[in-house]
Amino acid sequence: MESQLTWQEFIVTRVIKASGYSAIVFVALIFYFLLREGLPTLAEVPFGNLFSTRWYPIEEYYGILPLISGSLVVTFGAALVAVPFGLGTAIFISEIAPRWLREILKPLVELLGGLPSVVLGFLGILVLSPYLRVLLDLPTGLTALAGSLLLGGIAVPTVVSVAEDALDSVPRSYREGAWALGATKWQTIWRVTLPAARSGVLTAVMLGVGRAIGETMTVMMVTGNAPVLATKLSSIFSPVRTMTATIAAEMGEVANGSVHYHTLFFIGMVLFLISLAVNITASAVVFRQQKRSERVLS
Amino acid sequence: MKQTPLHLLLLIFLLTSGCAGSARAQNSPASLASESASAYIENKGSDTIVNLALAWAERYQDEHPDVRISVTGGGSGTGIAALMNGTVDLANASRRIKTEEIETARAKGIEPVEHIIARDAIAVIVHPDNPVSQLTLQQISDIYSGKINRWSEVGGEDRPIVRLSRETNSGTHVYFLETVLRLGQKDNKTLFSTDTLLLPSSEGIIHEIRHNPNAIGYDGLGYVPKDLKVLAVAKEPGGKYILPMISTANDKSYPIARDLYMYTAGEANGVLKDYIDWILSDEAQEIVSELGFVPIVKYNP
Repeated sequence: MESQLTWQEFIVTRVIKASGYSAIVFVALIFYFLLREGLPTLAEVPFGNLFSTRWYPIEEYYGILPLISGSLVVTFGAALVAVPFGLGTAIFISEIAPRWLREILKPLVELLGGLPSVVLGFLGILVLSPYLRVLLDLPTGLTALAGSLLLGGIAVPTVVSVAEDALDSVPRSYREGAWALGATKWQTIWRVTLPAARSGVLTAVMLGVGRAIGETMTVMMVTGNAPVLATKLSSIFSPVRTMTATIAAEMGEVANGSVHYHTLFFIGMVLFLISLAVNITASAVVFRQQKRSERVLS
Repeated sequence: MKQTPLHLLLLIFLLTSGCAGSARAQNSPASLASESASAYIENKGSDTIVNLALAWAERYQDEHPDVRISVTGGGSGTGIAALMNGTVDLANASRRIKTEEIETARAKGIEPVEHIIARDAIAVIVHPDNPVSQLTLQQISDIYSGKINRWSEVGGEDRPIVRLSRETNSGTHVYFLETVLRLGQKDNKTLFSTDTLLLPSSEGIIHEIRHNPNAIGYDGLGYVPKDLKVLAVAKEPGGKYILPMISTANDKSYPIARDLYMYTAGEANGVLKDYIDWILSDEAQEIVSELGFVPIVKYNP
């Protein structure tokens, strides 16, 4: 077969193949780099220090627990905002809205997704956080809650577009079957369409969560960046410091190869592993469901 | 169809060698500048000094059209690191260079030379409606270390205290830690309370204080807008409470004042020396007072 390819085809095939493989190579290289720069931390910083609750690197306190808990609190809050809003919007666009409204809504949501996060952070500082402080009578509005609300807003477009695609690809015959059996519109959506699109919807949620946990600029601007260990549910109303904001705020300053530098890479590594775990969980769940549905069909 | 690894290796090799090449080219702006017709000074560092350095650079370039000066901020440590990496000619710092930084520089064959270029007073600021108008250094230290948590404990309203600080990479942060939290004592290991909000910019601090009556913060006198309340500070309990002003920073009666520095790699010469000499002139020091900092010539004998 190969001899029959013209030389243009030969080159194009190779280029496409190379770009395909390069994604794998780049991820591997990035992970190798993170490991090389981050792992020395385990040797340089005593375990008790690394997993303590104080982060103050200029005095050699390298406790990363407050940073991890900060990221988790903000991301959890963001998911609470993004999932209901995102799925609701996706269902509305795909199942309920008339055609003309759908034509307006879809591009608008995509436009929202293109909004630079620094702009949202700015709105957060100027409008949201002063408002939150007065509304909830908090000591300060620069809290995990402000970060969660904004990150939720950032993740909504991701959730909407992926979930909407998934709902859209559910065959029309499913809905018609449900209607023919006398199901109401709501019953059809909740019992038929949504479960049929489950794997795509789950992917949407995971992508949204991934988008939220990796976001940097907005959280750095609105969460107050205080490295307090979040232990209670009410921690969402107090300032937190996330892993991403820590790396962004401190990376410019550290001396190349110092303990602090290695620790920042270690945090990057933890962040990478968390994203990886989220993605693997999502694809494992999706994979298992596909196999089950294939079994049912056969 | 199975020889792709070779192509892949070639691609990676091309990419990495490209990066290395460009990094080498950027290494020494000074040598690049000497090739072009006009002289070029790269100036980077402390965010506290950046406005001052910009004002100086603008005035100097007006008077010497053949000199180009580029000024960027980023923090004292960033500027000093850039000086050691040879990417800037002049590093601005709002703190003295650390011993380990000098060692790192020497290891790279660079001897940093210090120039004191102005003085600065750190103002402690609160919301204009806050009835508290004076504190001792000890009280400010207790507030920031978390021993005092409500304004009522220092004669104010019954409100929680929200502590604001710059990020740890700011020279102002380190100075405040050493001078106020640790009261200038070398063996004092007091730390900022963990719930201190670390904001990435002066603007963030000023905005939060303007809108939040619970907040306390600090910033260079040159950056404090007129609508915020500046506290008078006493060095010890029972001492005189003194407001930060050019005069009180100059006679050193205000306790939270410091020198501002510029560092060069080795003794400055040529265009760079002319520029630093000009910075110490009366004309340049006048700009210092216009920006709310404290000029240096007045107390130098």
